[in-house]
Amino acid sequence: MAQMNMVEAIRSALDVMLDKDPNVIILGEDVGYFGGVFRCTDGLQRKFGEHRVIDAPIAEGGIIGAAIGMGINGLRPVAEIQFADYIYPGFDQIVSELARIRYRSSGDFFSPVTIRTPCGGGIRGGQTHSQSPEAIFAHVTGIRSVMPSNPYDAKGLLISAIECDDPVVFFEPKRIYNGPFDGDPNKPAVSWASHPKGEVPQGYYTVPLDRAEIVVAGDELTIVTYGTLVHVAKAAAEEVGVRAEIIDVRSLSPLDVSTLANSVNKTGRCLIAHEATRFAGYGAELAARIQKECFYNLEAPISRIAGWDTPYPHAFEWQYFPGKKRVANGIRKIMGEG
Amino acid sequence: MARKSRLHIPRPSARPGDKPDFSYLNLAPAGSVDKPALDARTRDIEHLSSGLVRVLDEKHQAVGPWNPGLDASQLQIALRWMLLNRIFDKRMWQIQRQGRISFYMEALGEEAVSVAQAMALRPGDMCFPSYRNQALFMYRGLKLVDMMCQCLSNTRDMCKGRQLPVMYHGKAANIFSISGNLATQYPHAVGWAMASAIKGEDHIAASWVGDGSTAEADFHHALTFAAVYQAPVILNIVNNQWAISTFQGFAGGERRSFAARGLGLGIPGIRVDGNDLLAIYAVTVWAAERARRGGGPTLIELVTYRAGAHSTSDDPSKYRPKDEYKAFPLGDPIERLKQHLISIGHWSESKHEQLEAELKAEVLAAWKEAQQYGTMTEGPFLDPASMFDDIYATTPAHLESQRRYMQEIEGS
Repeated sequence: MAQMNMVEAIRSALDVMLDKDPNVIILGEDVGYFGGVFRCTDGLQRKFGEHRVIDAPIAEGGIIGAAIGMGINGLRPVAEIQFADYIYPGFDQIVSELARIRYRSSGDFFSPVTIRTPCGGGIRGGQTHSQSPEAIFAHVTGIRSVMPSNPYDAKGLLISAIECDDPVVFFEPKRIYNGPFDGDPNKPAVSWASHPKGEVPQGYYTVPLDRAEIVVAGDELTIVTYGTLVHVAKAAAEEVGVRAEIIDVRSLSPLDVSTLANSVNKTGRCLIAHEATRFAGYGAELAARIQKECFYNLEAPISRIAGWDTPYPHAFEWQYFPGKKRVANGIRKIMGEG
Repeated sequence: MARKSRLHIPRPSARPGDKPDFSYLNLAPAGSVDKPALDARTRDIEHLSSGLVRVLDEKHQAVGPWNPGLDASQLQIALRWMLLNRIFDKRMWQIQRQGRISFYMEALGEEAVSVAQAMALRPGDMCFPSYRNQALFMYRGLKLVDMMCQCLSNTRDMCKGRQLPVMYHGKAANIFSISGNLATQYPHAVGWAMASAIKGEDHIAASWVGDGSTAEADFHHALTFAAVYQAPVILNIVNNQWAISTFQGFAGGERRSFAARGLGLGIPGIRVDGNDLLAIYAVTVWAAERARRGGGPTLIELVTYRAGAHSTSDDPSKYRPKDEYKAFPLGDPIERLKQHLISIGHWSESKHEQLEAELKAEVLAAWKEAQQYGTMTEGPFLDPASMFDDIYATTPAHLESQRRYMQEIEGS
């Protein structure tokens, strides 16, 4: 075991897989010589060579399109899209091609591409470096969408994603690359060293792609969340003093409904929290599924805390971000105290 | 020049009722374009992108430095595949008109493209086709009956009823699945070729788009990546003059050839007579050899004419002169090869008629067989429950649950 932050854990996953499987290659903007703008591929080109860790032109559609072609030819490409906000030029290649190749060829062709992309706000990125577009991808059948909330899961899930024969869009909440974040930007930064999930095995291991995880056990309320908001939800529940069961969805699609439903059937209350905008957001699917599975055990309407339905404003980042105050308010309301 | 800006709307040289006018096409006599060394620098062969490589001359003789020297039996084989493509298309078109398949696209007038290039490539080379490349599939061994079954979405359909007719694929034939979205296959071909180079193999990739689709971003992504990594790939633009109702000027073809699109990136471009099987073959062999020797990508523009409708869903007489095809200065690819073979004493009208009759019988027999595997109205039918397969490597719970519910509702 070693202490790793999320960047180191992701780099370790890539290192392990580049070493284990000669067909794994990395392709993306600034990933090679420089090691990535967030340092996730630092040192990998030196170790594995320019043919395995490849700097790409600034063309996200080209990166994903070329990665698909490599996958058809037997490689296991890990494409990095530098910010999730930049992924849209590659959207057609993901939706119309990557997600459909297996289906339209009856399984004769497939392309096991993993697309890594940093998402979310909290780093003063403004509206083009802060988005959380996971719902757009979770809506697309034929691809898996994953978002880890800690170093241990990040490494294990990324290894699973690379080994998986399905295409995976792997969202990395960049605010928590260096440490868990409870939603209060005025507090001193916390490092992963103080968090149990900052303990990461140095070698190969996997975390399953289709399992949600109960992060905190509780019996009064279920908070269903993922990414940065896992940590915010935990802090908010502690502040309110509610015995909340906090579930990290991790694999957004396909979704582990039973872990969610079992919890809500037990607690009778469900708050959904995500950083992305609310309208037609990922939380809507969660609410619908949980309502169907848990209707007769619900003691309050399922409620959602989300980013406002605005672009992510540079100057008002912390008014936009669904921080501890908003999540705590949501908890109080659903507990009948608000 | 006018003293204010203006919006230029490209207009084709002729619309319905007008006399066809192909004076906009830059033509060159057969044999007039030189054949450079395989390692020629792009800057030294830029002229190939504005010239027109032709081998068959007006008297049906094979002339000039690009003459590939194919022997008569190879030419007869090529003629056979082109003719099969045409006869197959004609039959399938009729079948669509009878309402027995939902849709069809023919390659009428463009048959030389797929046949010549299939002949020029090696079996291990990977093809990323567009929707008018049916002869690639035929040449590489797909059975006619299997292609028909795909068009019928029947129990033997390689796509299990998931794709529009003509969106074939051939795993064993090394031909990728046709998307239906345009130009998306272009970057795939480049990525495939990059992987081939990464693995140290000498297989190359080839892809095809139409003149219209060169406007797509994927076209430009593919060219950039091919140039940057010197990918062993042949990128073909089948310039058949028409993208449904818009002529090639709407893809930016009015002032410069499509073959010149790669020059800014250092990709050599060759403009070739797309109705001259010998010229296409020679140019493709040159580009393939260059790629295999580490010379990187080549962009080939095949100048041809879409003699038929875009698909069974449009009526070209609404947007272009009815008889425009007859005026196309590069003629018809089958007729030209046929006349060449006759002129060198290795073919005759009677042999041609005999071959046509044989191929018609072959197509008819395949159609009879295909129907045994099901039609749109008569069984056997595909099991609708199969629509939930192949979305993921293993079917996840929510899809299994939808499958069960669908079966319950549909009573199967």
